[in-house]
Amino acid sequence: MISSIVSKVKQKRIAQLVAKGKRLDGRALMEYREIKIEPSIIERAEGSAQVHIGKTQVLVGVKIETGEPFPDIPDQGVLTVNAELVPLASPTFEPGPPNEDAIELARIVDRGIRESKAIALEELCIQPGKKVFIVFVDVYVLNHDGNLIDASALAALTALVNTKMFNYEMKNDEIVKKPGYKPLPVRNYPVAVTFAKINDKLVVDPWLEEEHVMDARLTITTDKDGKICSIQKGGSGYFTTQQILEAAKIAKEKAAELRKLVVKT
Amino acid sequence: MSKPEKLLDKKGLRLDGRKLDELRPIKMEVGILANADGSAYLEQGRNKVLAAVYGPKEVHPKHLALPDRAILRCRYHMAPFSVEERKSPAPSRREIELSKVIRDALEPAVFLEYYPRTSIDIFIEILQADGGTRCAGITTAALALADAGIPMRDLVVACAAGKADGKLILDLMDLEDKYGEADVPLAMMPGINAVTLLQMDGSLTLEEFEKAIEMAMEGCRKIYEVQKEALKAKYVTVKEETEE
Repeated sequence: MISSIVSKVKQKRIAQLVAKGKRLDGRALMEYREIKIEPSIIERAEGSAQVHIGKTQVLVGVKIETGEPFPDIPDQGVLTVNAELVPLASPTFEPGPPNEDAIELARIVDRGIRESKAIALEELCIQPGKKVFIVFVDVYVLNHDGNLIDASALAALTALVNTKMFNYEMKNDEIVKKPGYKPLPVRNYPVAVTFAKINDKLVVDPWLEEEHVMDARLTITTDKDGKICSIQKGGSGYFTTQQILEAAKIAKEKAAELRKLVVKT
Repeated sequence: MSKPEKLLDKKGLRLDGRKLDELRPIKMEVGILANADGSAYLEQGRNKVLAAVYGPKEVHPKHLALPDRAILRCRYHMAPFSVEERKSPAPSRREIELSKVIRDALEPAVFLEYYPRTSIDIFIEILQADGGTRCAGITTAALALADAGIPMRDLVVACAAGKADGKLILDLMDLEDKYGEADVPLAMMPGINAVTLLQMDGSLTLEEFEKAIEMAMEGCRKIYEVQKEALKAKYVTVKEETEE
């Protein structure tokens, strides 16, 4: 099975099963696939993590550099999230600059981290208006088997939690690295939970074949206090109000479970 | 613009004097561009938005065509002069994402299966922006689609709710979006209670979120009435002309 095209017969089967509260891979509607998290696997990066959700595999690397702050927030560090749908991850991924799917993925991960104030950016200022730390979060999709959003958000969070910043001192306006490291100031733990609507029912953590069948997708990111910090609806279908509120409640519970898997080395 | 000290005054009124659940003044007009198959113009507060629809027409490039339905394409774009500091006319990552979510918001309404092998192209230009432009863009684009005579399940209408100074508010303007605590843009087909766009950023409890979407939907229903009037108005003028 290399092709990502799902036969009509299989699509119908997936939809019929969901209507009966079952899934083709044997999971319950609100059950995640097996999740495996490996922190700090790229030594060159200041922080990194690999997350497997079923066969979906995402690697996130964090690099920290110095640069200029945004003119409107001169006393804060900068967060940049980028996502690459690397061609080795799926026969449907093409080389080239990020397409709208990659940009949407990066922006959902970005909003979760930013809106929950997960990184204390105010502590990343070196010289107000002149020099700050820039945190580059690069999401690298290595195998696409559905639900890239949750895998990417979880990998990004784990990578940030395990990010080490170099010590430094200022000499004549120049940064001089000193031996030793300190952790990146991470204050919150945003976790994304994605639902697919299939046959008018919600399922959590859709795998690739379910994504082909789904009418619409809803991602809800909650923070460590159970507050919602980011939402994104995608796909060409719609949700009812009841479905949205149901999803929000479940997202909070599921996020709490996923958050426990985030390990700090 | 710098950060205002407060977003709500002592009486609980907003910077532009609105109540918490009050919409900005809104004005719409349909069929205003001669070349487009459908077009619409909208003003919502200081937002000025133009939308045009071309199609159903032959797809270019051809390989994108689908054998069983039309493809819907959407471009959301901000004019360089629409914001305080000139915006580069090249599409930003934000605009690419918004183009996608707006397409996802409009697609459930359109009977694409009526026009196989064609494309329907939607162009949204933000001429002046003051917060809530994705919502204004959706409301305008839905009118342009209807003006183009494309069969739809319902009009799509969008409105945002959010939170500022601890209170839930409706139809956020730029300063409230930037300095408020949360922003929840929502699009729906009011006729069939279907939410077709939902985003959020900021921080809300479950209870606040539930209230916010109720508030946004209430705003949508009000704008929906204006939308329908704008569509009717076009044909009333045509009728008057033929009677003369």
